[in-house]
Formats: sequence, structure tokens, C-alpha cells
Amino acid sequence: MGLRCNRLRASSCHPGSHLLLYEAMGTVTLHPPLSKDVVRGLVAGDEVRITGTVYAARDAAHARMVKALEAGQPLPLPLPGAILYYVGPTPGGPGQVFGAAGPTTAGRMDRYAPTLIEQGLAAMVGKGDRSGEVVEAMKRCGAVYLAATGGAGALLAKCITAQRVLAYEELGPEALRELTVTDFPALVAIDSHGRSLYRR
Amino acid sequence: MRTVSVRAVADALYDCIGRASFNLGERETAALEAARRTETSPTGRAVLDQLLENARIACQERRPLCQDTGLAVVFLDIGQQVTLDGGDLVAAINDAVARACRDFHLRTSVVAHPLDRRNTGDNSPAVVHVRLVPGDRVRLRFAAKGGGCENMSRLAMLTPSAGRAGVVEFVVRTVREALANPCPPVVVGVGLGGNFEMAALAAKESLLRPLGDAAADPRDADLERELFAAINATGVGPMGLGGANTALAVHVASLPCHIAALPVAVNLDCHSHRHAETVL
Repeated sequence: MGLRCNRLRASSCHPGSHLLLYEAMGTVTLHPPLSKDVVRGLVAGDEVRITGTVYAARDAAHARMVKALEAGQPLPLPLPGAILYYVGPTPGGPGQVFGAAGPTTAGRMDRYAPTLIEQGLAAMVGKGDRSGEVVEAMKRCGAVYLAATGGAGALLAKCITAQRVLAYEELGPEALRELTVTDFPALVAIDSHGRSLYRR
Repeated sequence: MRTVSVRAVADALYDCIGRASFNLGERETAALEAARRTETSPTGRAVLDQLLENARIACQERRPLCQDTGLAVVFLDIGQQVTLDGGDLVAAINDAVARACRDFHLRTSVVAHPLDRRNTGDNSPAVVHVRLVPGDRVRLRFAAKGGGCENMSRLAMLTPSAGRAGVVEFVVRTVREALANPCPPVVVGVGLGGNFEMAALAAKESLLRPLGDAAADPRDADLERELFAAINATGVGPMGLGGANTALAVHVASLPCHIAALPVAVNLDCHSHRHAETVL
């Protein structure tokens, strides 16, 4: 195993320094909760770093949250200005918060996202394109979609320094979690004005 | 007859899961490095840099390459001269999957029923394909199959008049429309011919071929070259953000088929192309 590791490019790996910059683009640090001004100022192509609290939710947690809203019940997280990260992490090994925690396909959350955006959700982190309905809600309410690198689960897990389950623990990897992140790298893929990096 | 215990098969699978989940293969690493050298898009190069760094971190820190540690897909070619001893083979395989999930801290990515969606809690059951072959060996091949790329896989029951051009059009369109969802640069498995279920199975099995090895049949190898060039000309690029590298490899496997039919199945695998094999 060690030999194979050595074939790969060596670099330091403490948080912050292992992150690789996207070339020739602006870098913005985001500290959630995000104000409307910050969201509206982001432009497709901007590189961002997130430091602070984000919430992990994927398919099953989205279904539950939207069901709760439809029933007039409160959500287990403060949505206004929040960043949702579409992730179902692996448990951590010894000394790890998580083992791997990269983004999952955002399109599966398209059915739920407009409802959450209307409740104040400011940003979503995932991989892949969004539907027209989601982009329209982003434009109308002021929200942004950030792409993290799919399959970079080990690298991205190192940016998560703490986590706790907020709700739906029985969903296992799909539980709703509060994550503390440091210098989490992503790219503004679709901005709040509808500009997109994806060629449809 | 030669006796092989189901426990030995299960232990071999457990080892394969441990190898594949944390270590990107040499060919896969070389393919990503080659893509990094040829990538024309700055964003594409940044993505490929992250993926190579990710593989280094995974290996050095014993972290899974991807949080989607996959549905366990197992192909078993069992020699006709082998007696399997010691109980239920499939139960032993599922036990190995559950043990690996627990011991290696993998994700529980399986629900027991597609509609009520209750997580099984141990990543079992596996998908198991058993085939009888001549000889006295057991060949075990394992793939950790992610959900994002599996979701973008497609099957078409084309008819003979569609011909090679129709096959190429369908395969390329499948990859182009998938965009970022299957985590490009992808590995493209194409099952051509057979029938409805065999085309899909051939596509899946072709993914287990050593990355980039050409098909044995020169007609299939020629089709692989055409598809590889056409897919990389789509400009989808690393993580769908544009660029010259959309596929790391295309593997085609063909089968005889009905005079009325031209089935084609496209099974996509992400750049985190995790597989391992062993012979008992």
C-alpha cells in the first residue's frame, strides 16, 4: 500500500494547505449564515472557501424537511442564510470526524430545493446541474449553488472538523447533521442571477 | 474434485473490499495523471489535481476514496470441479460485506426495499453473479459501485437498421446528458447485443476489465477507439465543468443477439473506479 501511495504527488496535508486553487478565478471566503448581499455578489466561476457551520442533508432528510414544512411544523435547523451540503458521509476511522465526505448528485434534491430556498436557504453544495425550477427559485429569492469536486471525499472530509446529528438519526448516512468546516473548497457553479458553468 | 470453503471465498471478498475502497489502482492513477497532462481547461486541471490529491490522502490516511463506498457487486466464476463447502455461499458473501462495512468504517448505502427505504445498516446484501466455468478454481471479482454513476446508466433496445452509427450516437448521448452526475472523467462500460438483461450484465462486467485493456474482438476494440474519441470530443470535461477529458476509458463487450435486435447498454463508472479480483 505504501508503495502505491508514493506514486502520487506528495504535498503537505494539514487543513488549508492541501487545497488546490482553481486557477485564474476570484476567491471568496464564506462565513455562514450568509447575507443577501454576499449571495447576490457571488458570480459563477468564483472560487469560494467555506468556514463555519453548514448542514448535511441528502435525499431522505430533504423529504422529511419538506414534509415537516407542509405540515406546518418547525425545521430542526435555522434555514435563513444557511448552507446545505448534499452529503452522506462515511463514519470516521480512528481519529477522524468522517472518513470521506464528498458531494452527492444535487439534481436529486431539485424537487425539494425551491421550498427550502423560499424559506431562506442561501446556498447549496453538491455536484452536477440543477433544474430550471431550482434556478428560478435561486434568482427569485437570492440563493447560490456551489459545486464541490465529486469523488474527492477523502480530501473534503479533512475540512470538516466537527459534526453532530441534529435530526433523523435513524436514517444513518442520510441523517441531518450540523458540520463545522474550515476552508472547505467549492466553485460557484450557478449564481443568483442564473449564470451557470454547466453547458446544457 | 477440489474443495473450497465458502468462508475462504468470503474472506477473499473482505480483502478485496479493503483494497479497493482505500487505494486507487495503478492504472486508474496513471489515467488521471495522463488526463491532467492533456487537460485544456484550467478548471478541469484543478479538478484532476484534487482527485490525485484525494487518492494520496485516501491511501496515506486510510480514508475511503469516496463517501459512496458503493453497492458491493461480486462476480464469481466457479470451476465445475470445485465443491463449495461450509454452508450458504451467498450468506457468507453478505456476511463479508457486512464485516467489511463495520471494520473499515464504510457507508451503509443499501435500503431493504426501494419504496419504504429502510437502511439495512450493514451495506448488505451484495449483488452476486455466479457462473459455472471449466476447471477447479474460483475467480472472484469485486466492484464498489457508486449510486451517482449507476443512476446515469442507460439501456436501449435498438434495432438492426440503427447499426454502428446508432450505437455510437446512443452511447455518446448517454455520457453527454449525464454531465457531472456520474463524476467524469468516467469509465464507460458498453454491452452490445445479447438480450435485455445480458446487454446490461455485459456492460457491467466490462467495467471489471483492467482499465484501458482493449477488447479481445478487434471489431469491439475498434468501436472502443471511436467511442473514446467521440466522448472526449463532447467537452463535458472533469466534473462536467468543461474540458478535454470526459472518459478515462471505454470498454465494449459484445454478444450474439436475435435477428430483430440490437440491444446496447451503457453502464457508467465514476473516476473513482474501484475494483479488485482474486483467484482461489
